[in-house]
Amino acid sequence: MDFRDYYEIMGVNRDATRDEIKRAYRKLARKYHPDVSKEKEAEIRFKEVGEAYAVLKDPEKRAAYDQLGPDWEAGQEFQAPPNWDAGFEFTGDGDDHDPSAYSEFFESLFGQGFRSAQGQRTGRGIRMRGQDHHAKVLINLADAYRGATRSVSLKAAEVDDSGQITTKQRNLNIKIPKGVSQGQRIRLAGQGSPGIGGGQAGDLYLEIEFEPDRLFKVEGRDVFLDLPVTPWELALGATIKIPTPDGTVDLKVPKGTKGGKKMRLKQRGIPGTPAGNLYVVPQITLPPADNEAAEALYRQMEQELPYNPRSEMGD
Amino acid sequence: MKTILTGQVLDDTIELTLIEITEACSLSTEQIVELVKEGVLDPIGEEPMDWRFHGTSLTKARVAMRLQKDLGLNLAGVALALDLLDEIESCVRS
Repeated sequence: MDFRDYYEIMGVNRDATRDEIKRAYRKLARKYHPDVSKEKEAEIRFKEVGEAYAVLKDPEKRAAYDQLGPDWEAGQEFQAPPNWDAGFEFTGDGDDHDPSAYSEFFESLFGQGFRSAQGQRTGRGIRMRGQDHHAKVLINLADAYRGATRSVSLKAAEVDDSGQITTKQRNLNIKIPKGVSQGQRIRLAGQGSPGIGGGQAGDLYLEIEFEPDRLFKVEGRDVFLDLPVTPWELALGATIKIPTPDGTVDLKVPKGTKGGKKMRLKQRGIPGTPAGNLYVVPQITLPPADNEAAEALYRQMEQELPYNPRSEMGD
Repeated sequence: MKTILTGQVLDDTIELTLIEITEACSLSTEQIVELVKEGVLDPIGEEPMDWRFHGTSLTKARVAMRLQKDLGLNLAGVALALDLLDEIESCVRS
């Protein structure tokens, strides 16, 4: 397992004060928060930063981490020294962190103390409704058009009889109905954590996420396709075979269609009530004038087609 | 045997009660009430016990909760951030 340099992740010195660490965390959290950030890999960075902060904000964990010494480098092969944490007591910070959210490195250092602290909180002899679970499920656009079945594997913390939390993996086959849209949630009643002391089981919430598509962009239930066309297809009109997430269709382009003008194919977007539309946006591409014949044709157009595309700009 | 589970899609046609949304977001009823007071959530109905939330409110409440926890924002800050996010979204669309 690789060593993680929490100071480097947070961009602070090893002697940074708690306030400096908090400021650095807030700044990075705003930058990489998955709900806000447009940065690449924001979620991964956000988790790293969260893990670094969980250690550095806690005086006990930070002291223990510091005694590993300053000579470790990020990415270096690491194994926790035996009894490395002797003399430290980890109390857990009471957050309902998902144990699987942290790295193997973190788990090797703080995992056990962290978990047993959590176990104590939940292991009392009371009747409690099981926790709800939230997970993401990736589907592609065609799945949204036709519906699909997805196998989802979930890692969830469960409390055993002695009050310890263990991580268990479950595989569920789930029907994704047609017509779902990006960010929508599906509720599976009773598929969350089992209740404690005979309490009701929690629910499982699946958030739909679309895999990025090579051709189509999706907004709500509307779907957009940039369609490369030749100038003469637009000028003269044409019937063009176009791909849709539900198969190819013939698109009739009327004579004199302008490049970049959206053409709407009603209800060919993601199904539903109401169904979305498919918008085709013709993008003019020019054949290159890379041989004599092509050049001659362009020259001929230049001479015989008096046309000023900038007439509206004045002179 | 392979069991295939079917869930319920939480869209605008689904309505959740105060209790349901509270459980789904792991928030207290007080916190949901605060989100409603701040205008982040907009349920149908007058009294909290009559409130009905659209399925899409769940996503909003969860984002609000995460922003509050992860960025240390207060509710007014959360409401502002959510409005700005909506605005960015609609700018990107047009």
